[in-house]
Amino acid sequence: MIESLVPAASSYAADIDALFTLIFVFVGFWLILCEGLFFWLIWRFRKKEGARGQYITGELKSETRWITYPHLLVLVCDLFIVVGAVKVWYDVKQYLPPAEETVRIVSQQWAWTFVHAGPDGLLGTTDDITKVNELHVQVDRTYHYKLESTDVLHSFSVPVFRLKQDAVPGRVITGWFRPTQAGEWDIQCAEICGIGHGLMGARIYIETPAQHAAWLMQESPISIAAVTRTRPAEE
Amino acid sequence: MAFARPISTTRSTAGMPTGRLAVWWVIASEVVIFGGLLASYIMHRLAHDAWTAQAAHTNMWIGAFNTLVLLTSSLSAVLAHKAAEEGDGARAAKLLCATIGGGLLFLCVKAFEWTIEITAGFTLQSSTFWSFYYTASGLHAAHIIAGVIILAFVASTARKNLELHRVELIGLYWHFVDVIWIFLFPLLYIAK
Amino acid sequence: MADTVPAFAHGAHPHHEVSFWSKYVFSTDHKMIAMQYMFTGLFMGLIGGYFAYVFRMQLAFPGVAVPGFGLVSPAEYNALVTNHGTIMIFWVAMPVLLAAFGNFLIPLMLGCDDMVFPRINRLSYQLFLLSAIILVISFFVPGGGFGGAWTAYPPLSAKAEYSLTPLGSTLWLVAVTFEFIAFLLGGINFVTTVMNSRAPGMKMYDIPMVVWMIVVASILFMASVGPLIAGAIMLLMDQNLGTAFYDPDRGGDPILWQHLFWFFGHPEVYVVLLPTLGIVAEIITVFARKKLFAYKTVLYTVFGTAVLSFTVWAHHQFVAGIDPRMAHIFTITTLLISIPIAELMFVYIATLYGGSITLTTPMLWALSFIATFLIGGVTGIFLGASGTDIYLHDTYFVLAHFHYTFFPITIIGFFAGITYWFPKMFGRMLDERLGKIHFWGTIIPFNIIFLTLFVVGLGGQHRRIYDYTQFPDLARFQDLRVLATVWLVLMLGFQVVFIYNFFRSMARGEKASNNPWKANTLEWSAASPPPHGNWSELPTAYRGPYEYSVPGREEDYWPQNVPG
Ligand code: HEA
Ligand code: HEA
Ligand code: CUA
Ligand SMILES: [Cu+2]
Repeated sequence: MIESLVPAASSYAADIDALFTLIFVFVGFWLILCEGLFFWLIWRFRKKEGARGQYITGELKSETRWITYPHLLVLVCDLFIVVGAVKVWYDVKQYLPPAEETVRIVSQQWAWTFVHAGPDGLLGTTDDITKVNELHVQVDRTYHYKLESTDVLHSFSVPVFRLKQDAVPGRVITGWFRPTQAGEWDIQCAEICGIGHGLMGARIYIETPAQHAAWLMQESPISIAAVTRTRPAEE
Repeated sequence: MAFARPISTTRSTAGMPTGRLAVWWVIASEVVIFGGLLASYIMHRLAHDAWTAQAAHTNMWIGAFNTLVLLTSSLSAVLAHKAAEEGDGARAAKLLCATIGGGLLFLCVKAFEWTIEITAGFTLQSSTFWSFYYTASGLHAAHIIAGVIILAFVASTARKNLELHRVELIGLYWHFVDVIWIFLFPLLYIAK
Repeated sequence: MADTVPAFAHGAHPHHEVSFWSKYVFSTDHKMIAMQYMFTGLFMGLIGGYFAYVFRMQLAFPGVAVPGFGLVSPAEYNALVTNHGTIMIFWVAMPVLLAAFGNFLIPLMLGCDDMVFPRINRLSYQLFLLSAIILVISFFVPGGGFGGAWTAYPPLSAKAEYSLTPLGSTLWLVAVTFEFIAFLLGGINFVTTVMNSRAPGMKMYDIPMVVWMIVVASILFMASVGPLIAGAIMLLMDQNLGTAFYDPDRGGDPILWQHLFWFFGHPEVYVVLLPTLGIVAEIITVFARKKLFAYKTVLYTVFGTAVLSFTVWAHHQFVAGIDPRMAHIFTITTLLISIPIAELMFVYIATLYGGSITLTTPMLWALSFIATFLIGGVTGIFLGASGTDIYLHDTYFVLAHFHYTFFPITIIGFFAGITYWFPKMFGRMLDERLGKIHFWGTIIPFNIIFLTLFVVGLGGQHRRIYDYTQFPDLARFQDLRVLATVWLVLMLGFQVVFIYNFFRSMARGEKASNNPWKANTLEWSAASPPPHGNWSELPTAYRGPYEYSVPGREEDYWPQNVPG
């Protein structure tokens, strides 16, 4: 459903889309059932000359059945949805796979600063590449992000990843993603953060290993030469 | 335009006089206000060990004295209620005045206490502990002030033997303010 | 007992001339206070609708001067959205559904002459009016109106250096706090009246459902708003007195506000839902000539909903930085709440079974409430499932979800109620033909607008952004945005039909009899409109409110006040 509107470019995007479809099927069924029954009843029991309404209290066992059974069925649907939701949530937000690289994301009114690890693959070293409103990542590599804010709440949202996380001043929030498809897409700020909230967009560049190496070379030609060990392109 | 009390006010389907019922609802809605504030305080307090050191600067003895004052004033409110039930408006009024006295004494002690603390450098902005301290006890003090004003009003009508049922109502409210203090006292003064 | 003390019944007073001021402005009569609430609410509704018009025009045609407003700056855009949301919930839904209908209906449906505390009732309205005035003033102060969203998350709302609206934020917060206090007072009055002043003979299960719902809503409001009042006091102090309750740099915690806000915020959505559910129950039983299906079940379900609603608040904060393990708990509670609401929907649908349905204007509104609210309800499930909410949070999918709940509740609920009780309020009938034109002219655009917004939301469009064309991935939805805006303008245009019908019928409509719909509840036994004091002799209740089509009776209705 969602893929038809937004491409899926992270390892868990498909899971979220599948959960969406699952819920869509369950609640769609109920919605159609309810609406169908509803309109049919209106039509079936429209006022006719001479006919009176029936006297039904809805308190007899034989009558409440019509409410209780569907009800239990809804409960069953809820159970399926809960299981699906818990599973997806656990994978995306609670479980943290080991990182191949870490990126620091600093949000502020009204810009994103992305600190990339640079050629040595380590954050906090001199070859870190700091970019404003540009995040460069490589396909099929597991990233941790360390999300911070220097002033108010912001929210790091990458629709193609199906990822969203609020940034809270005074905290560093860690999460992960693993891009799966090369391309260039929007990053948005999804939490109102003042006058410039509407302007607080950025771009994510998901690159193939070759493209990424070229980008690193361009950004940091000196230190790249200093790096002796070759980085594993893939795990 | 003279105000005629509607018939609905005189009905009592639930078996409790309307005034008392309403005061209970007022108290219920106040409980959640204080409840929200104190719950926030407790959550913060548990998350910040450092607050214990700051709380050590509050003066437990002054707090304890004020607790005593409030409890005594509640006692006279109870006695006033009893007098009012017996139809003795004048005596009820006198006892309510004693309650008012308690309230005023409480406020004076509070003012004295705050003066010491502020001159010692513990102000509203000093830290979040002190912010909570002044906010919670300030909100409570505002309730005492409101209570004192209503008490004075009720005492003045009770003296003329009018609207004696109000003595009970204000008493309920006063007990409630008292109970709030019973929660504030350990939370702000004793837990160190 | 009450009926043995007729001496000072209002109706017994000789009719003395009252001045304009004491009749319309300082009245303590519940019906007049209801009208005051209603007209203030409608006036605010027009402002809220106007704001929606302005910002939707900006979204459809960014950077083009909006007719009737001018160019929309980013700061103005935020202020418009924020105040649109705030007004619609706190100054339209609450006063119209809860206060106006509550004030009008409770004494009339219970068979008494007024609220138990008429002067507190008046005070409640006056505080409410004051809050509305403060809010309106806040749009015009230097720096402009508050623009930090109706949720007012700190630190943005707490510090002027972040929000850049030093006066606007404070006035907004003061207005909201006063509004809360006004409704606390009103709620105490409602609850006490219902508990204590029912007509002789009216037992618990004889109370009309709408009264029950308003009472439960009032209690729910009372129980949930307290912490937020405390939170608002803290936020006011952060704004003005330099405290740091929500300032992480100085030992505070911004997430605290979110908990306090949503602990109130979620019950609040049921606070506005319940009165409308009640209104709808009254209307569908009358026009289907049916007893409400399973009265007691409905009642207990409503209690259940109220209790459950306190356990779900953090579903608004899944991605806000709370402990990720908490999300599981709140997913479960949130999905559980679909059970009682589904129950209510099933009951209403079941009530139609075996009826004799006439599609009058009030009935059309009541039925369309069920049809549209279902969509709003089921889309809540996508959000309650933590996994999908990661993507959907703060997108237009959320927005469309809650407009599919709020619009049916507030706008449709109001129209249902007003078209139904108009004869009782003003003693005249509304025009049916104009009513139906207005109905279709509102309901069709509404669906088109918000179905469209579901799609853009799924496409990843976030909320509160004044110009989407600057986002390369979002620019392609521009046609859909224009579509939504065009239909909004159309819908607003159709409201003229209603306003015309409303005021014309008030002055020159066909005279209404006491009981034009052949309904059972007590208000229909009073004159239309009811005089001061409502009845010259207060009624007694003999049975429940929904005895329609009782076998063996000649009439297909059996009013509560008719002995036998
Ligand atoms: C009166 C208004 C109203 C109502 C009634 C509801 C009802 C519900 N809401 Fe909604 N909601 C809002 C107003 C409302 N909401 C608002 C204003 C916001 C956004 C605030 C903001 O951020 O600005 C919001 C946001 C919101 C969120 C947060 C989204 C986010 O920001 O990320 C969530 C998440 O769980 C949610 C869930 C629900 C659920 C589960 C219900 C349930 O009560 C719905 C239950 C009803 C049904 C489910 C339909 C009937 C049942 C059936 C037909 C049976 C079949 C069903 C199943 C199989 C499950 N809502
Ligand atoms: C009860 C609640 C309610 C209602 C009814 C509405 C009604 C509408 N809303 Fe609103 N909206 C909110 C509550 C509501 N909204 C909230 C809480 C927000 C979030 C704010 C935030 O992010 O902080 C929001 C945000 C919001 C946005 C998001 C902006 C953004 O994030 O950038 C949009 C965008 O399209 C929108 C559109 C509309 C539209 C087109 C209507 C239309 O349906 C409007 C139709 C209006 C009318 C039909 C007028 C009513 C007419 C009368 C009352 C006539 C009677 C008068 C007399 C008799 C005198 N709303
Ligand atoms: Cu940053 Cu919105
Ligand atoms: Cu909610």
